[in-house]
Amino acid sequence: MSQTVIESIGESAVVSTEPLLQIRDLEVGFQTQHGLVPAVRGVSLTLNAGQTLAIVGESGSGKTTTAQAIIKLLAGTGKITAGQILFEGRDLAGLSDKQMQDVRGRLIGYVPQDPMSNLNPVWNIGFQVEEAIRANNVAQGKAARQRTIQVLQEAGLSDAEDRLKQFPHQFSGGMRQRVLIGIGLSARPKLLIADEPTSALDVTVQRQILDHLGTLTRDYGTSVLFITHDLGLAAERAEQLVVMYKGKVVESGPSLEILANPQHPYTQRLVAAAPSLASRRIQSAKSQDADDVEIFSGGSLDTTLVARAAEREQAAATQDLIKVQNISKMYRIRTKGLRYNELLAVNDVSFAIKKGTTTALVGESGSGKSTVAKLILQLESITSGQIEFDGQDVAGLKGAALLKFRRRVQPVFQDPYGSLDPQYNVGNTIAEPLLAHKIGNAAERQARVRELLDQVSLPWATRYRYPSELSGGQRQRIAVARALALKPDVLVLDEAVSALDVLVQGQILNLLTELQTELGLTYLFITHDLAVVRLVADNVCVMQKGKIVETASTDEVFDSPREAYTQELLAAIPGGNFQFGR
Amino acid sequence: MIWYTGKRLLQMIPVFFGATLLIYFMVFSLPGDPIAALYGDRPPAPGVIEQIRAQYNLDKPFIVQYFIYIGNFFQGDLGTTYSGRPVSDVMAKAFPITARLALLALAIEAIFGILVGLVAGLRKGKLFDTSALVVSLLLISVPTFVIGFVLQYVFAVKLGWARTTVSSEAPLSELLLPALVLASVSFAYIVRLTRASVSDNLSADFVRTATAKGLSRRRVVGVHVLRNSLVPVVTFLGVDLGSLMVGAIVTEGIFNINGVGGTVYKAIKLGEGPTVVSFIAVMVVIFVLANLLVDLLYAALDPRIRYAK
Repeated sequence: MSQTVIESIGESAVVSTEPLLQIRDLEVGFQTQHGLVPAVRGVSLTLNAGQTLAIVGESGSGKTTTAQAIIKLLAGTGKITAGQILFEGRDLAGLSDKQMQDVRGRLIGYVPQDPMSNLNPVWNIGFQVEEAIRANNVAQGKAARQRTIQVLQEAGLSDAEDRLKQFPHQFSGGMRQRVLIGIGLSARPKLLIADEPTSALDVTVQRQILDHLGTLTRDYGTSVLFITHDLGLAAERAEQLVVMYKGKVVESGPSLEILANPQHPYTQRLVAAAPSLASRRIQSAKSQDADDVEIFSGGSLDTTLVARAAEREQAAATQDLIKVQNISKMYRIRTKGLRYNELLAVNDVSFAIKKGTTTALVGESGSGKSTVAKLILQLESITSGQIEFDGQDVAGLKGAALLKFRRRVQPVFQDPYGSLDPQYNVGNTIAEPLLAHKIGNAAERQARVRELLDQVSLPWATRYRYPSELSGGQRQRIAVARALALKPDVLVLDEAVSALDVLVQGQILNLLTELQTELGLTYLFITHDLAVVRLVADNVCVMQKGKIVETASTDEVFDSPREAYTQELLAAIPGGNFQFGR
Repeated sequence: MIWYTGKRLLQMIPVFFGATLLIYFMVFSLPGDPIAALYGDRPPAPGVIEQIRAQYNLDKPFIVQYFIYIGNFFQGDLGTTYSGRPVSDVMAKAFPITARLALLALAIEAIFGILVGLVAGLRKGKLFDTSALVVSLLLISVPTFVIGFVLQYVFAVKLGWARTTVSSEAPLSELLLPALVLASVSFAYIVRLTRASVSDNLSADFVRTATAKGLSRRRVVGVHVLRNSLVPVVTFLGVDLGSLMVGAIVTEGIFNINGVGGTVYKAIKLGEGPTVVSFIAVMVVIFVLANLLVDLLYAALDPRIRYAK
């Protein structure tokens, strides 16, 4: 990066006393059929040159809307109704589209949330980076191509030159995010808005990318406005925090101060709910850490529950409900003509789950953990090995026996948006498994739906609503209710809380542990998030590249991880080393 | 890609034989005696019918007739019509006319359809969009022959800008009005398809990111919205090219064009096996080639689709 380029981009020298970005009483609303719905209500914040500021809040808090308002890329009918966005003293809110075009990219870079959908699938990577460089007049002609390679290399794609002609679908999520970061920084903007830049990625990849982003922005002296729902991440990456709740700023100040001493009740809840290495298994709270119980004040862990938990653990001590022995799964990937490449997705995996306990299967994406879930659910056949359920080999089950097995082992999947049929109302969704297995008559099914909605703490009136009218957390409750409809013994939870905000995540985890105690359920919990594992699991199996590298009790894994890989995963948890004020 | 194209071309062979055999069988099974029908009420001299039957191999079993026909076909002899003209002559006259008409219609519907659809998609809910939707609905719901007669009356009879019927040479200028009629329904579908596709893509994440890069609106729409939106439109156009080439009996009838549609219709009525089958064989090849073209274009527009094998 040569000095001349920096100078050619900069328009005016920043007066050091003046903040780079100052938002004053910003109000943003969305036009709906029922009038203007406010999304951002009187937000003010200040970001100085060279600083990093994080806006933290759950989804719907208005943090993304605030970020999009700055570069005037509000979705749909959104518009700024009041307030000022002063960037180097100039009010962006009053600029025309044409004027904004010069601001975007050149002065304010933007790194979007989801690397999967933010690159145009039909243009190659080189083209998409180069067009940003040309549009912002960083370089033209051959120099632009050179600059493209340079930008991508700086963003951490070492073989950039060979990959310019490749298309987004040939890149992994992490690499695409590097490309997007490269695009965002390509014109050396003064401000970079990073909207949840790594939420869609694995913890280890997330760490690499954020480290790299930190280095780049420090080197270029770029200010960063960081949007995230993850308090730990925010605290680790930003000097200043702004906590938003329902469109308003409820607290702001230096990160460490806020973490150590949160003032606003919402911030206190957020700090408390942040799952970190300091947390303990929710139910083992019965003997220790009584204060952790209060964290999940959404649910009640009264003494009877605790007593039942003790009972459950006693009863469970003896019996393995699920026993997986040396299972492997081979996929044959067709390459050229009749030749195949063999991919061993699951390689000689063995573990056992005792009745009434929770075993977590942890690993990065591609480690084979979801494949293990599919094998256990009998959604795919195993290549070799044996799966025993309740003393019976399930590998060859067919017809009625398979149906019976399915009734006892139910899945809950990751995406509460994708796993509910949008055309089915909640009542029908929950009753569907009962109908499929021909259980009860209409009245009995209705009664069961009522019971289930009650169990997942949703009002009876919810039955007439459709998935699109519910929040992510409510949808995941519905998915849990549907899974429980057949009174199963086992729930296989495949990243069941990964898509949810911390607070909602906490509620669902709490609900799951309560249900486990009440109904004596056994959980196989599949996740990439170790912090969540600590809250719910009794035992942990760490998977890497199709193999289990470490099996131990949760406390053992967290207190004294044996394998280097496990240690790496633990180190990657954002905010893992912070002392949260509790 | 070459492999893929080769494989697809090889697939044409069974399709060709299957289609011709089927059509030959269907024509063979048509009720009525074509030779007797040629002579109408006045029966020919005895023996003449047998002679003609032998000449056209009508006295042989169906499967033998088919193989004789296919054998001749590959020697370039497509047989003769019952009136004595070589089928190849008939084809050489009909296909160029239909090809001109079809390509003209395709160009009209593609250019105007995509243009109107794009503008409507960009101005969703505005006056232009609503009018485009109403007009396209009208074009889809009104039968082609009504549109045909109305346009013929207005432009040819009243205004005199075009000829009511197309001469046997069928130059492009005379084909403009029939092409317009032929294109009308597909135009309406393309408008709707493009509009829906454009308005979907406008709210795509990558379009917002493109704007955030600092690109101009024109470039965002031209580069990022349009190309992505064209994928479904191209699919439609390719299939449509096939059906346009196969002929438009109604439109050809209104404007008295001696194209493929009319010729095949007459041949079917007369039970002229060789004529019908020869035309169908060529149509099948055109159809399969058009589909192949769509698939290749599809891959060119969307790199995620790759035909490696």
